[in-house]
Amino acid sequence: MNWFTRKSSASSAKERLQLVLVHDRTDLTPAQLEDLKNELLEAISHYIEIDPDAVQIGLERDGRSQRLVADIPLRGVSRHRPG
Amino acid sequence: MTAQVITVTSGKGGVGKTTAVANLATALAADGRKVVCMDGDIGLRNLDVIMGLENRIVYDIVDVIEGRCKLKQAMIRDKHYPDLYLIPAAQTRDKNAVSPSDMMRICNDLKPDTDFIIIDSPAGIERGFRNAIAAADRVLVVTNPEVSAVRDADRVVGILEAEEKGSPSLILNRLNPALVKNNDMLSPEDVLDLLGIQLIGIVPEDESVIIGSNRGAPVVTDAKSRAGQAFRNIARRIQGHNVPFMDLEQQGGLWGAIQKLTGRK
Repeated sequence: MNWFTRKSSASSAKERLQLVLVHDRTDLTPAQLEDLKNELLEAISHYIEIDPDAVQIGLERDGRSQRLVADIPLRGVSRHRPG
Repeated sequence: MTAQVITVTSGKGGVGKTTAVANLATALAADGRKVVCMDGDIGLRNLDVIMGLENRIVYDIVDVIEGRCKLKQAMIRDKHYPDLYLIPAAQTRDKNAVSPSDMMRICNDLKPDTDFIIIDSPAGIERGFRNAIAAADRVLVVTNPEVSAVRDADRVVGILEAEEKGSPSLILNRLNPALVKNNDMLSPEDVLDLLGIQLIGIVPEDESVIIGSNRGAPVVTDAKSRAGQAFRNIARRIQGHNVPFMDLEQQGGLWGAIQKLTGRK
């Protein structure tokens, strides 16, 4: 490993802990979170057309509370933009 | 006088709970407070050896609960501070011998004549931990700047919140400032950001902690020890004083002087 380009071990520790804690606190495994996303998208698709490839759904920390944050672009919206 | 009950816990074992209890209890006694510390680790007692009182044990907490002695008989007076007492855990008995209501009763009996009751929780999140937090007015969570210790501390903080014990305060123990500076150890800011609780003290890694435990003399009694200073500061904060956090960057000795000269500090 190149000593100069090596990523600091403290930042690896922090990034790994951020992920682990989110799953520990919500008691959701990554697989369950994936199922949740898929079911959510399916429900939304019954009403509006969405772009499944551009969807971003994840758990975020806010102090000691967690939130489920979803960014779901609707298909065809770009049509209405000027230019 | 009615005592404040403070429980020290961590989730993970070996992060320094017992050391923290022995040092905080001793520092509070040195400040003139009446202190009783209790070892909550039934079957694996250690607070007695850390405090150097292992040869004085006659009765333990289970003897009190099962009526074989009076509470006062199980309270071992410290060698140096006459207002500091230890109630040892039982070493051989079943850990189900103690219940949360037993802990409440013992604390209520101690409260009128005591300023602080400090309870050393066992590692884990099971019966012994539940007993240790049952009577707590305030909980201190001890962790080290390492992934496993921080993860377990987060579990404990979650349980304390679910039990409506209020938000605990964090003691970040065994911080190595040189490793943090080199980005090879989680910084206090990282740990606080991850856990989302308030900080009550940072204790630097310090050889004198091991030397103190070898001798059965908590490091707060060593005026030169950095860890001792950190624990004395935490004890002051527990008493409601506003004590600024230590500058952990400052390093004494030849190596510190060389680092200063070469601009590495």
